[in-house]
Amino acid sequence: MMQAEAPVLDPIFGRLSLAALPLHEPILVATFVAVAIGGIALLAGVTRYQLWGYLWREWITTIDHKRIGIMYMILGIIMLLRGFADAVMMRLQQMMAFGGSEGYLNAHHYDQIFTAHGVIMIFFVAMPLVTGLMNYIVPLQIGARDVAFPFLNNFSFWMTTAGAILVMFSLFVGEFARTGWLAYPPLSGIQYSPDVGVDYYIWALQIAGVGTLLSGVNLLATIIKMRAPGMTLMKMPVFTWTSLCTNVLIVAAFPVLTAVLVLLSLDRYVGTNFFTNDFGGNPMMYVNLIWIWGHPEVYILILPLFGVYSEVTSTFCGKKLFGYSSMVYATVVITILSYIVWLHHFFTMGSGASVNSFFGITTMIISIPTGAKIFNWLFTMYRGRIRFELPMMWTVAFMLTFVIGGMTGVLLAVPPADFVLHNSLFLIAHFHNVIIGGVLFGLFAGINYWFPKAFGFKLDKFWGTVSFWFWVIGFWVAFTPLYVLGLMGVTRRLRYFEDPSLQIWFQIAAVGAGLIAIGIGAMLVQFYVSFRKRKELLDTTGDPWDGRTLEWSTSSPPPAYNFAFTPIIHDGDAWWDMKQRGYQRPLGGFRAILMPANTGAGFVLAVLSTAFGFAMVWYMWWLAIASFIGIVGFTIYHTFNYKREFHLPLEYVVRAEEERTRMLATVRS
Amino acid sequence: MGHALTTEQAAARTLFYQADEHDHEAGGSTLLGFWIYLMSDCLVFAVLFATYGVVGGNYAAGPGPKDLFDLSLVALNTTMLLLSSMTYGFAMLSSYRNKVAATQAWLVVTGLFGAAFLAIELYEFAHMIHEGATPQRSAFLSAFFTLVGTHGLHVTFGIVWLITLLVQIGKHGLNRANARRLACLSLFWHFLDVIWIGVFTFVYLMGMLR
Repeated sequence: MMQAEAPVLDPIFGRLSLAALPLHEPILVATFVAVAIGGIALLAGVTRYQLWGYLWREWITTIDHKRIGIMYMILGIIMLLRGFADAVMMRLQQMMAFGGSEGYLNAHHYDQIFTAHGVIMIFFVAMPLVTGLMNYIVPLQIGARDVAFPFLNNFSFWMTTAGAILVMFSLFVGEFARTGWLAYPPLSGIQYSPDVGVDYYIWALQIAGVGTLLSGVNLLATIIKMRAPGMTLMKMPVFTWTSLCTNVLIVAAFPVLTAVLVLLSLDRYVGTNFFTNDFGGNPMMYVNLIWIWGHPEVYILILPLFGVYSEVTSTFCGKKLFGYSSMVYATVVITILSYIVWLHHFFTMGSGASVNSFFGITTMIISIPTGAKIFNWLFTMYRGRIRFELPMMWTVAFMLTFVIGGMTGVLLAVPPADFVLHNSLFLIAHFHNVIIGGVLFGLFAGINYWFPKAFGFKLDKFWGTVSFWFWVIGFWVAFTPLYVLGLMGVTRRLRYFEDPSLQIWFQIAAVGAGLIAIGIGAMLVQFYVSFRKRKELLDTTGDPWDGRTLEWSTSSPPPAYNFAFTPIIHDGDAWWDMKQRGYQRPLGGFRAILMPANTGAGFVLAVLSTAFGFAMVWYMWWLAIASFIGIVGFTIYHTFNYKREFHLPLEYVVRAEEERTRMLATVRS
Repeated sequence: MGHALTTEQAAARTLFYQADEHDHEAGGSTLLGFWIYLMSDCLVFAVLFATYGVVGGNYAAGPGPKDLFDLSLVALNTTMLLLSSMTYGFAMLSSYRNKVAATQAWLVVTGLFGAAFLAIELYEFAHMIHEGATPQRSAFLSAFFTLVGTHGLHVTFGIVWLITLLVQIGKHGLNRANARRLACLSLFWHFLDVIWIGVFTFVYLMGMLR
């Protein structure tokens, strides 16, 4: 067995030494070189064009919810490329490693890849993209000028980024966890994972988790307290409703993740016995706790996208959403139910028939409100004047794809079936079916829908359509084989296969991954082409889709203050109502507007937190203590700043509104 | 609507924006936001309580609650914390009457009671560790030290906050921002009291019955 022999720690570098650099892994060295060249080029470019001041003033220190939203989206898209690179590597390995071939990845590396893929896709792709969308849209939809706590918003973003940076560090300095994305003990305990991988995992998630939790508190307070006059709860846009529910879930679930990761850290750092095999520890307690966070987490991801689909369907069918209140109640029911299904992730734990039946039944019940939503969207489309713009195409693709994923989910919810399918590729196919088909398609719908609002020009339809078809077809080509393999009993996370008859399915899946790669490429081309054609695609109205909710009542992009006058709401589709009843945009009577002031505090705290996380991973105790004192000290220092607001001068408002008037006039002429 | 609108109502129906608007001062959502944060913190404690509930009986042939707990010490400890909540209440009452010196004085008393609580807790921990009942000894002791220690860390954090606020009240008096911060810390402080009641009952009293 592994003999615990206390290694001598370097007083400065802890357990970090040159041996930690993966110089023996050619793939990593090549990646590092590419990243380094790209990074240096980027920094050189920023310096060359003297953009540092601009970046610091306008972006890094910004407390504007719109800019923070955009930064979240950029973070999510960058990390999507990293997470997808991991996916392609896995597909290639599994396609090759048959018969005599060992493939091209050793077990040590392969295990890190599947762990990193899961962690990155959930925490640093899906979460930032969803949070970014909520950040940008919710204040606009409720007629507010910013979120309730603008500084915290900036801080949250930078903490999320700090977590992502720690994960990226692990690629080149040391290694990442080899435990699977939820790091079950005892495998993730110090005895079986003595190296830094799990510590990177823990600290990346803890630091990003602070950001997520605070952003949840922030948006919750924003939606509850800052709605425009007249907007009662049942007049809120559905996207705001689903955001409300998601943020309730964030606040009610993420503390559980924080706590359980603290317990795992104590086991690893202090030697406590929460999840160990001896001295009374209980590893299954970890599995229970982490899924008490983990199951609500998947609803945290999907609910806002249900909101996006609702907005998109209603807008592009030119109709009020069918069954608004049933949509709201369905969302709330899902929110509550998502808390009492966690055990379906480990029916095989052996809790007995009664416990498994309870969790099986609650899981199946979730499909009822979800089904109700699908019917609501279908009935909204029924006899609507459907415009098949990109957001609507993604929505239809979602409905067709997600329903299949939902049905395989209900299948897995049956405990006896789960005993057969547990940990198989059928499960992998199922959750990719709902996460790609639900969350990702929704994000693409949302990006195509709100892009003109954020940047003032539409996205190119041709390249968007190319991306759409490659993504949708690629998804099915990549994951249908996994359903088949799962039914044949192939388990997940395997690096090598004995049975050559399985190879063809993995080859098909690899082709699917290739199609998705083209879909992602086309999306990047779409951004580039749209930027080049921005004059042609210009949105001068602020309302390019004939929208229904308040965000379309402002200019594209909206001014810093969002609304010169706080709107008064009479109807659920507030902007539609205003357009129908002859709303006249005010042309005078503006006043100076009180706005929150920029601050670099969030960025500084996140930098200190990154240093703290890195120090904890490598046992550099002096740096850990110094950065911790830095965090506490700087926070206290920041609280002595009482001047956090300023008046946006009247001239600024007048100038922005006159510009809007001019833009609107170009449409009419 | 089934009935006809009056002209006033009709006029209100076509009012689409607030022409005459006042500044929305920041901080209107602070108490709600802080309350939501506290509820999330409450869930951290819920996990620690649940963990204690699951592994609290796993002594691994080591010492159990009856061998370790000294109820009279815990009673003294509890008294300190409850008194500190009371004195914080007095600080709040003084702040409502805008008495800066009295508010500060009561805050100092609160901080001292809090420090006394911490000192007694640290003494208890040191004593247990000295006897060999370390957090590593058994899952029960891991859960005990983590639950009680997390509460203690919260109290420590509360004291740091309290000192910061004392300085800030000294500098700016009881202005609106400071009054809001005082109210937030008040929520935090009483919240820790409530958690402690849970610890006292669930860990100490029921531990002695176990």
